[in-house]
Amino acid sequence: MLDSFLIRAALAGIGIALAAGPLGCFIVWRRMAYFGEATAHASVLGIALSLAISAPIFYGALLVSLVMAVIVSSLSSRGYAMDTLLGVVAHSALASGLVAVSFISGIRIDVMAFLFGDILAVNKQDLLLIWFGSLVVMALIYWRWSPLLIATMSTDLAHASGIKPKKEQLILTIILALFVAVAIKVIGVILIVSMLVIPAATALRLANTPEKMAIGAMIVGTVSVLGGLQLSFSFDTPTGPTIVCFAAILFIISNIFALIRRS
Amino acid sequence: MSLIEITNLGYDLGAKKILHDIDLKLFEGEIVTVVGPNGSGKSTLLRLIIGAINPTKGSIERKQNLRIGYVPQSLHIDPTIPITVKRFLNLPIRVPINDLTEATKQAGINNLFDKQMTELSGGQFQRVLLARALINKPDILLLDEPTQGLDQPGSANFYQQIEQLRKMLNCSVLMVSHELHVVMSASDRVICLNGHICCQGKPEIVASAPEYKEIFGSGTEGALAIYRHEHNHSHGSDNLKENNVG
Repeated sequence: MLDSFLIRAALAGIGIALAAGPLGCFIVWRRMAYFGEATAHASVLGIALSLAISAPIFYGALLVSLVMAVIVSSLSSRGYAMDTLLGVVAHSALASGLVAVSFISGIRIDVMAFLFGDILAVNKQDLLLIWFGSLVVMALIYWRWSPLLIATMSTDLAHASGIKPKKEQLILTIILALFVAVAIKVIGVILIVSMLVIPAATALRLANTPEKMAIGAMIVGTVSVLGGLQLSFSFDTPTGPTIVCFAAILFIISNIFALIRRS
Repeated sequence: MSLIEITNLGYDLGAKKILHDIDLKLFEGEIVTVVGPNGSGKSTLLRLIIGAINPTKGSIERKQNLRIGYVPQSLHIDPTIPITVKRFLNLPIRVPINDLTEATKQAGINNLFDKQMTELSGGQFQRVLLARALINKPDILLLDEPTQGLDQPGSANFYQQIEQLRKMLNCSVLMVSHELHVVMSASDRVICLNGHICCQGKPEIVASAPEYKEIFGSGTEGALAIYRHEHNHSHGSDNLKENNVG
């Protein structure tokens, strides 16, 4: 069954969509979309470094995303706005990644593949990594769900309940870096943020509790992956972007639905 | 034995001294109100007590296993977080439904469980925050400008509720407010804060203290008038109307 590239692509996409759902909710609630994008950009440097020393891409991407996330988190309390820092750190990392790749001789690597990913090229090893990574991401979010939620709503209320918002934020940042490292090869830098934000934003309109929104985002993400794959196969369109288009259409439908229900 | 004992407390933000030389004891069952102009460090003091920030200097001793109920200053809940009142009250720890119903009853709300937090009126919202603070049966309630955004009858009503709660639960209350005329009537002790404690004592004493007048000007006769006025009446449901007139 896993021999069919379409099945492998679908399984990879679903694995990523399931992890992206609950994580994406926090990205939306905490207004971290740009943070997610910056982490993804920075991971390109990690990919370049991995290629240079012939290490698995996952580790390089994870390392650089983590370092970037921690640097930005700790610098943001020292007088720079968060998005300014992200702009500096992420783009410097992306640029140095692209420059570094050009020095690697002997191997011809298409960097564009990492910007857009290639979900149809997923092999069995990738699948294993994606599902393992996704399960870890989901387990971590499940474990920190309530503290993260209260810290997101109000740092003061969190403190009053004995929760340290800084610690929760760091955990979320680490989860995000892990997710990016897992997803980068399959959906690429550009599509990572779409998979995080669009399903969560779609579920937001139809949910009345945070939990329902997270589950809704997982469902929307999964449907988008399957629908997008199907359409891309039928119409011979690029797969990653087709998945995102499918998610965007669901987003529009959910907004129309919410409008009708309210009136 | 005091619930909270603050000794020689100081808090700096960069080079700016926000609070300095604060000595304060809070005792069981008393209502203490902190008044002071904007930027006088009132909210900072509460945030130091709940441990949201750490003092630069001095210490805050809490009684062992002290349960603190905290009502923050006009919390803004991001509209992108869909959350019902019931779920909000269950954060971060799930609470048995009986405790929830009791806390909401004490806070003076009912039938709000399935409403979205963002749909609530200002008064309902503050009472949900109050209910949340009451859930773990606090020894002390900390209220930071709890009536911000409420109209005058609304806030009078809210403070009356606090006074009743104190009687019912025998918890202490430490609140920060700028609504001197309403707050003073319900307080056992008033602390006038402006970076340091300028003066403190019974409401009538503070209201006539020169330090207090220097900060709040002479428009404070009203506070005193209402304070006396209130105590000419027995405490009951008509207190609210009296406050409205005032």
